[in-house]
Amino acid sequence: MSELWRYLLAIAVWPGLLVAAPLGWVEVWFVRKLVARLQGRRGPPFFQPFFDFMKLLGKEMVIPVGVSRAAFLAMPLISLASVTAALAIVPLPGNPIPSLPGDVILLLYLLEMPVLCEVLAGYVSGSIYGQVAAMREAILSLAYNLPFLVAIIAMAQHVGSFQMRALQGAPFSAITVIAGITFLLALPARLKTNPFSIANAEHEVVGDALVEYSGPALGFFKLSHAIELVLLTQLFAVIFVPPTAWPLLTNGVYLAIGFALLAGITLLATTTGRLRLTQAFRFYWVWGGLASAATLAATLIW
Amino acid sequence: MSFIDRLISISRRRSPWICRLNGGSCNGCDIEITPCLSPRYDVEQIGVEFHGTPKHADIILISGTLTVRTRQAILDVYAQVPNPKAVVAIGSCPASGNVFADSPFVLGTSLDTIVPVDVWVPGCPPRPQLIIEGIRRAAALLESGATKSQIERRP
Repeated sequence: MSELWRYLLAIAVWPGLLVAAPLGWVEVWFVRKLVARLQGRRGPPFFQPFFDFMKLLGKEMVIPVGVSRAAFLAMPLISLASVTAALAIVPLPGNPIPSLPGDVILLLYLLEMPVLCEVLAGYVSGSIYGQVAAMREAILSLAYNLPFLVAIIAMAQHVGSFQMRALQGAPFSAITVIAGITFLLALPARLKTNPFSIANAEHEVVGDALVEYSGPALGFFKLSHAIELVLLTQLFAVIFVPPTAWPLLTNGVYLAIGFALLAGITLLATTTGRLRLTQAFRFYWVWGGLASAATLAATLIW
Repeated sequence: MSFIDRLISISRRRSPWICRLNGGSCNGCDIEITPCLSPRYDVEQIGVEFHGTPKHADIILISGTLTVRTRQAILDVYAQVPNPKAVVAIGSCPASGNVFADSPFVLGTSLDTIVPVDVWVPGCPPRPQLIIEGIRRAAALLESGATKSQIERRP
């Protein structure tokens, strides 16, 4: 099998679009259902995220007057493409892509793309609500990226390599635990769930940065969010959980950890209210900063 | 009708997203819409999501008497909803003006003369069950392509 086919297979099938999209929908359904059950409701049917996506595909797309058509339509596609490419790099068992030197840096770059796309989408749409949401998102990303990036870079420093396979094979130690906690600290804000749902505050700024998006463009944004759920939970499992000797079992363990993480984050989301932007920012620069310092100190000591 | 088209029309019934529009209501109907989201009625079971922006909506719920000042707002918001779309009139006011009928600030016409209405939900205010039934019927109309705006756009 040639190199090109391997990459295509990884991006299109496993762990790319064809598997990640249904898995993302299942995870979105899981989160929505769990929120509903915790609130004493029945919740949406199993295929709900799929129906939402198909309906949005069949809707008309309204592009606001005075907005660059190319920029408006490029944002969801770039977002989806970079999330899928990022997932293709993650060394899940059975991933056909060979390990590249320095793919951790590529992954970190691709992880930032959906956030950047959403910020740009808010600004490009010309809506004042979209711009406020985009501003909130941009400021929040400056806050949570400190612990998020430090957790991954500390693991790379610990292993002594910027290669995903090396991070995956890292022996379990105290640093794994400390860096894992630092990563978990950033995860709720990264997924924009409740204490940090500042950018998508539906009661304050109508919706998120995507208020002006409709039809297929909105559908692709929603799909890229669903795949982002898979990406971030699987990324946690790959970096911080040691793999087993059997690939299938490892995948099962990773999936179970992904769902457990989502359940924890959902529980946090349903039991908390929304923080203000300044409070969230301070939380991440004080507690996130302390956790980051502890993580880096741990890598230097051990 | 191809398989994908069939899937999309089923999805229209299974995932109706709602935008509320108060066209000069006394707020009674809006208060009756809110319990639809509560554990007792839980409208998410039939795929309904409430959205703040008409750009995300499939169905708009218009409540209230139509006043001189809200006429243009109703037209603007209706125009912002992407096709295919449906309109559900909540309460007696959009139909007749109800007890406000002869007020000088109220338009003496029904909502039908401003935007095409697909489902009327009567009551002052209507019960939440009835509002959910109205949403369900509008979603079924969207599936079969039978809302007034869809019929208008047929080639």
